[in-house]
Amino acid sequence: MTTLVAAQGWHFRKPSVIPGFGLTLGFTVAYLTLIILIPLSGVAWRSMELGWAEFWAIATDERTVRALRISFGASLIAAMVNVVFGTLVAWVLVRYRFPGRRIVDAAVDLPFALPTAVAGISLASIYAPNGWVGQLLAPLGIKVAFTPLGIVIALIFIGLPFVVRTVQPLLEDMDREVEEAAATLGASRFQTICRVILPGIAPAVLTGFALAFARAVGEYGSVIFIAGNIPYVSEIAPLLIVIRLEEFNYAGATAIAAIMLVISFAMLFAINLIQAWSRRRFGYVG
Amino acid sequence: MDVSIRSVSKEFDGYPALHDVSLDIRSGELIALLGPSGSGKTTLLRLIAGLERPTAGAIFFGDEDASHRTVQERNVGFVFQHYALFRHMTVAENIGFGLKVRPAANRPSKREIRRRASELLDLVQLSGLEDRYPSQLSGGQRQRVALARALAIEPRVLLLDEPFGALDAQVRRELRRWLREIHDRTGHTTVFVTHDQEEALELADRVVVMSRGRIEQVGSADDVYDRPNSPFVFGFIGDSSVLPVRVENGKLWLQDRFIGIEVRDVPDGPASLYFRPHDVELLDGGGGCIAGTVTASRRVAGTRRVELEVGGARERVEIELPVDHPEAANSRISFRPRRWKLFPASGGTAALSATDDGSAGKADEAELMLAASL
Ligand SMILES: Nc1ncnc2c1ncn2[C@@H]1O[C@H](COP(=O)(O)OP(=O)(O)OP(=O)(O)O)[C@@H](O)[C@H]1O
Ligand SMILES: [Mg+2]
Repeated sequence: MTTLVAAQGWHFRKPSVIPGFGLTLGFTVAYLTLIILIPLSGVAWRSMELGWAEFWAIATDERTVRALRISFGASLIAAMVNVVFGTLVAWVLVRYRFPGRRIVDAAVDLPFALPTAVAGISLASIYAPNGWVGQLLAPLGIKVAFTPLGIVIALIFIGLPFVVRTVQPLLEDMDREVEEAAATLGASRFQTICRVILPGIAPAVLTGFALAFARAVGEYGSVIFIAGNIPYVSEIAPLLIVIRLEEFNYAGATAIAAIMLVISFAMLFAINLIQAWSRRRFGYVG
Repeated sequence: MDVSIRSVSKEFDGYPALHDVSLDIRSGELIALLGPSGSGKTTLLRLIAGLERPTAGAIFFGDEDASHRTVQERNVGFVFQHYALFRHMTVAENIGFGLKVRPAANRPSKREIRRRASELLDLVQLSGLEDRYPSQLSGGQRQRVALARALAIEPRVLLLDEPFGALDAQVRRELRRWLREIHDRTGHTTVFVTHDQEEALELADRVVVMSRGRIEQVGSADDVYDRPNSPFVFGFIGDSSVLPVRVENGKLWLQDRFIGIEVRDVPDGPASLYFRPHDVELLDGGGGCIAGTVTASRRVAGTRRVELEVGGARERVEIELPVDHPEAANSRISFRPRRWKLFPASGGTAALSATDDGSAGKADEAELMLAASL
């Protein structure tokens, strides 16, 4: 993500005094080409084989549109929820000393480490109408498993560590003196948080949001178990791609993939622009 | 605003950082808290600001007990060593922050806040930098902004914790002079912390010398330099040399040698003789002086600093001579402190004694002789 920002001002950065610039740059470009660019251009290439009309037909197909909407919509909601609660978790971990803090700190990484299928199965069984949590929610008329709400919950689960781990270091770095300065200037605790602390960590929060969102859009394993995968209702785009592949409809699959690619790219690009702007303003990024 | 600190103690988890400290700061005064690292300077400053609560004692602002006032209510300006500017705000926003967070009833208008910020930027000589961000300023400029921000709330007391500690020597000197000017112009009661004695002596009306959580001495630069009331202050402020001596019938002895100094009203017994290396007169040897073998000689700026081994116990002392002084080349030098101070050897500060009155006559004589021989 930072590669975009690095090309600041759109001119080639002058080689620095550190030797090996040519070699390392060459390696980086070759590596990125091999790992990222070639597969991505493959996607574009295969979907172009379709021809414009056919591509458009797939893109505007009701099932595709619904799946994309669910994927991006749920990811957006999950990332926003994670921004709020992930920042809160990071705050608690950094600012308070309580018994079990280390355990909580380690637990935050679980979604990173857990195989996504395991996460998916356990979430599905907990939130199913007869599961631990589902049982409690069912009388209230709230259905979680096998609905879009279930998808959001799975995506919140897998996205949380991204926000916590990007915000945490910045909070740790944050000088206590800055808060004390605000207090001596007459700011209440609430004003200090709203006007000093939150704007101070905003770039990190934004980065965390971007990471959580990107991860959520591409998530597959943990979602399909809890989603129920009802076409038009709780079917995510990555699943639709798999379905198309299983139908040997490679062009259809790559067309959906290409659309996801474009949307994701556009969103990440926008986030990068905001980050570049904040860096110019404050001289740092999260 | 007078500030009165009354028998304040502060403990951190049982560790006493301040013991029973009392200090009266007069309105409009510029006071320096000076002391070695860990002596409790920052703690005292933070107690005044309300950033810490005293374990015991009270702090009065004027006639009002401020002990139970929160930081926000105390209305103090605090300047931190590392600036603590809000990095996502411009210089003008930083300075205006204290006005902007006031309750709506007494918050100035946006334009008024902006005008105040410009005015303060003029005062700190940074006009035109309103729209910069802190990351676009040098360290010295940042500290000026921090000061302007603290002044913006019209504080009752201005507190600065090693404000120039992170800056290089030249910028420090410049800002020091400038802080004095601002103080004289605005008249705020100001307390600043430093461990740089030059800064404290040059800048402050009164210097508070602290050591291990206690106030050792409070006084003008002349007081603490010329009339230190404890061995610690003598050793801490300026250069000093010490010799262990013995008092017998009003005479000072270095082992079996009378060193030509007489004192009155001092009980017999061991004592420590403190003097300034530059405040000595050279003698021709014989009786009534301190004689030593030169072990090292260094050139320090405009003078020559000579290290001597004195007496059988080979005590080391330093004295300072003019660079072109003929005696400086000798391998054996005899001298006598011109001004000195005697403290009981136990190191206690209570029973301090005698100044240089006793040998004043002789000293003048010797000075004349010295001048004649040059
Ligand atoms: N928050 C704290 N918790 C525990 N101990 C503390 C705390 N703050 C200060 N102390 C202790 O109190 C003593 C005085 O500290 P203080 O910061 O006032 O020293 P100082 O004179 O400002 O030193 P320096 O010149 O190094 O800044 C030190 O021994 C320090 O370890
Ligand atoms: Mg300190």
